[in-house]
Amino acid sequence: MSAVGVTGRAEIWEGAKAVSPIRLLPVWRPFLGLLLPIVLAGGWELAVQFGLSDGRLVPPPSVIWQTLTELAASGELQRHALATFTRVAVGFAAGVAAGTVLGALTGYSDLISRLLDPTLQALRAIPSIAWVPLFILWLGIFEASKVTLIAVGVFFPVYLGVMGAVMSVDRKIVEVGRAFRLSGTQMVRRILLPAVLPAYVIALRSGLGLGWMFVVAAEFMGASEGLGFLLVDGQQLGKPAQIVTAIVAFAVIGKLTDWIVVALAAPFLRWEDRFARQTGS
Amino acid sequence: MLVLDNVSKFYGNGVHALDTVSFSVEPGEIVAVVGGSGCGKSTLLRGIAGLDTPTKGRVFIDGEPIHAPHPKIGIVFQEARLLPWLTVAENVGFGIEDRAKPERSELVTAALSRVGLADKAKVWPRELSGGQAQRVAIARALVPRPAVLLLDEPFSALDAFTRIDLQDHLLDLWADSRPTLILVTHDVDEAIVLADRILVMRPRPGRIFEEIDAKLPRPRDRQSAAFDSVKRRVLAALDRSLNRSVRHDDTDTSVAAGAAHWW
Repeated sequence: MSAVGVTGRAEIWEGAKAVSPIRLLPVWRPFLGLLLPIVLAGGWELAVQFGLSDGRLVPPPSVIWQTLTELAASGELQRHALATFTRVAVGFAAGVAAGTVLGALTGYSDLISRLLDPTLQALRAIPSIAWVPLFILWLGIFEASKVTLIAVGVFFPVYLGVMGAVMSVDRKIVEVGRAFRLSGTQMVRRILLPAVLPAYVIALRSGLGLGWMFVVAAEFMGASEGLGFLLVDGQQLGKPAQIVTAIVAFAVIGKLTDWIVVALAAPFLRWEDRFARQTGS
Repeated sequence: MLVLDNVSKFYGNGVHALDTVSFSVEPGEIVAVVGGSGCGKSTLLRGIAGLDTPTKGRVFIDGEPIHAPHPKIGIVFQEARLLPWLTVAENVGFGIEDRAKPERSELVTAALSRVGLADKAKVWPRELSGGQAQRVAIARALVPRPAVLLLDEPFSALDAFTRIDLQDHLLDLWADSRPTLILVTHDVDEAIVLADRILVMRPRPGRIFEEIDAKLPRPRDRQSAAFDSVKRRVLAALDRSLNRSVRHDDTDTSVAAGAAHWW
């Protein structure tokens, strides 16, 4: 009886070993996620090469790469990317400035919150794209209306994030500041700013994400340059590779700007006690 | 000298937290304030700290009325309340930011080694244990050399061994510059180990019910008969402050029962 039990267990043990025959070195694990896109892209490339599809509407990677290098070589890609980046940068700066100031005020003062917050929340409920016709009427079809739309998109997540962060600053920590007789500006610099910083970075990142979303909407409403223009142009002239190129450019620049925000904030956030982080110095 | 002159505190919701509390504390004296929950002992401490203003009456430090946190008064809270974005050393130096840098780092280094945490100077507060964090908080409060140090149930969140360790440690630190200590606690043993004088408070409205002299020779032996007799007096006073019948049998069981029930 006992002998059977032992052999049975031994077999299970063997079986468990056999289930995971592939051992990846830790170095390679991050690249595991690239496997699926590479296989898909490679498969599509081969399908077009072997004539299974003409690849006209869904261009294979080689054609996209060719379009990308051509656009980059002629300087077109850089010109459009720069135009879009500039719009996002200006709109982002304006939206962040307004969102930070108003969020800080409503988070800090109950009176200001009662005065302003209901209106702002009502405005937030409006899909921002709905402003487009009005912005065009008010500000014309050039840069001002586009930048304003982006600023509106960036404003709300930043406003909400800052307001929430300021409201949730630990009263007990503020009391430490009071006990050490900090002045108003010292209190802001030494207690409030560091306390809201982690939430502020998150707010900036979601604001930036919306900024990149809204720049496309803004450029759809009539632009002669910009990555959004490349999208529309590619649709109208039937150049899907150009559309995909613009999309790739959006992905790369969007990710890059997000990374810049994170990297700039990282030195100030080393103290954060994240649950996923190993303890110890 | 710290003087409380008929201090009363009403809260907006009608709670009468303190009722005409008056006492004075000599420089270098250690006073413990004990009492049932809701007796206003924390309110009292916040009033002295200048974090709350009394509704009536005044608090004076060396003849000067206190309206806001005063440079001569430091405070240690129940939780360490370290600033998580500052290193341990920066936390300790938080109250002396106005001093020149070499002086500041000298004071901080001295204070940290005094509380036995010199090796933790550069770590973040999140890496400290509860007892270590509270030692940092005490160091932070003592570095500006306050004349009066207020402690609001400073060791109540710690385990029994750490608590006893820190009580001895606090006395050690006190001996350096002999500031006035005012300690709010609901640990009777803690009050007797530390204090020269114990104020027993009574709830609703909070007022001082009895003052017990506890000037035992230091260092105090928690097992001595003198310690026990002070403990009985304090527990009896606490029982009376809550309108409980006074126990006349001075047996150990009554002490234990009182200890379990007064709060």
